[in-house]
Amino acid sequence: MFTTFTRIIKSGCVNFWRNKWLSSSAVSMMSLAILGITSLLLVNVLINSLTASLEDKIDISVYFTSDTSEDKILDTRTDLIKLSEVRSAEYISTYEALERFKEKHKDNTVLMQSLKELDNNPLEASLNIKAQQASQYESIVSFFEQDKYKKIVDKINYLENKAVIARLTSITSSIRQIGLVILLILAGLAVLVTFNTIRLTIYSARKEIKVMKLVGASNWFAKGPFVVEGALYGIIAALISLFVLYPFLWYFSPKITAYLPGTDLFYFFQANIIVLFLIQILVGVSLGTISSLVAIRRYLDESNGEI
Amino acid sequence: MIHFKKVTKAYPPNCIALDNIDLTINDEEFVSIAGRSGAGKSTLIKLLIREELPTKGQVFWGDQDLSNLNNRDIPFWRRQIGMIFQDFRLLPSKTAYENIAFAMEVGGCAKADIEKDVPQLLKLVNLIDKSDNFPHQLSGGEQQRVAIARALAHRPKVLVADEPTGNLDLINTWEIIKLLMKINELKTIVILSTHDRDIINGIDRRVVTLESGKIIKDDPNGKYILF
Repeated sequence: MFTTFTRIIKSGCVNFWRNKWLSSSAVSMMSLAILGITSLLLVNVLINSLTASLEDKIDISVYFTSDTSEDKILDTRTDLIKLSEVRSAEYISTYEALERFKEKHKDNTVLMQSLKELDNNPLEASLNIKAQQASQYESIVSFFEQDKYKKIVDKINYLENKAVIARLTSITSSIRQIGLVILLILAGLAVLVTFNTIRLTIYSARKEIKVMKLVGASNWFAKGPFVVEGALYGIIAALISLFVLYPFLWYFSPKITAYLPGTDLFYFFQANIIVLFLIQILVGVSLGTISSLVAIRRYLDESNGEI
Repeated sequence: MIHFKKVTKAYPPNCIALDNIDLTINDEEFVSIAGRSGAGKSTLIKLLIREELPTKGQVFWGDQDLSNLNNRDIPFWRRQIGMIFQDFRLLPSKTAYENIAFAMEVGGCAKADIEKDVPQLLKLVNLIDKSDNFPHQLSGGEQQRVAIARALAHRPKVLVADEPTGNLDLINTWEIIKLLMKINELKTIVILSTHDRDIINGIDRRVVTLESGKIIKDDPNGKYILF
């Protein structure tokens, strides 16, 4: 059993080496496929960080009437963050609001002047709320529509931003959906191209397979070397695509970051290099072995074919 | 002993390749199957190596009905037969040595046995100095001799040669035939299918003549009777 196993592995490796041209074309097709699939994964990471940064820009502010005590607002906040939809709720006191206002309008002398003439702080305390997902603001707003909050809430700027939020929500979700569809279509294409390349290599060896069977080889002894070859294609293609991707990202990642701040693909790549490599190996080896197994089946069928 | 019992093989839609054949081949026998192209020679061989199943009738090896072999057993049966073809059918990506070794590997032979037997077989077919050549680096006659060495590698009880000299010149043809007769002297059944008049008339052994799927003559010291 063990002898047979080592013979199959050895034979697969020798075939790989002897059919250098065929092997290298299969490996390059497969590298392209794996490279494509990995790039699509990376594009997906980009899309996610893009939509996340878009969604991060969305928030709502709930303003409380001037006579509401700070404790009451903080109690409200404690209740609020118990909602699963809420990602963060930042309390901005009247003092802080005034400081931010001054900072923002420091060049506007008229405003500053008129502010100085007021005795007290005209700004209201507020909670600045971010939801987990853009679609969840509606339900957060309804939280404040309970009777006990109605008295202390002065206004919610959601209604003013509603149209913008709705549009952003639909943009981000359609970007995600389109990205996923493109990813699936291209990955499917890559798989088909690889499968066909391997099918061609096995087609070119179909007579050899028949001869092996005639000499008395069992099905596994005949197809084993081809499966090993397929797996070898996968491993080498995974290595190649890793070596191509590394310098490519090193060079282009800063340029992408310049367009889309907050995304660093090269960092992501380095941080996940082992997982990515394992995914590539897994994709490559399973593509290679499964394609070989499927492609060789018809040539092993006893009832199908002349000798 | 090989026994074809009332064997008919029909291919759709209406081609009858073998028609109610009865044929017994005894141990240690050398039998030539003569006949024109399409007479049914190749079909007879395909039934014997279990490449095809008979439409009617049975093919026996001793007491074993070959139709009853399941797919798992077929490789074991084929390892008892050595096959030689007109087009040699060597594995193009393996050297002469590896082609012969492959036939032993499929049967799970030990490495030591392979290393001992393959050079002996190469000596038998007079190709020891070309053991590392690939098939495309060998002449037709040399390729056929490698094929014979491969067919003998797992010490078969039957050697089946399907038009083995069809692609060879006269000198190489007789070398191959002499080799087959030598193998028969070592107590292996040899079944030689051919339409070559000179070979059949030259070897003076049993000749079974097929025409249109029927045995028209079975002669222990036969001559070629077709024109």
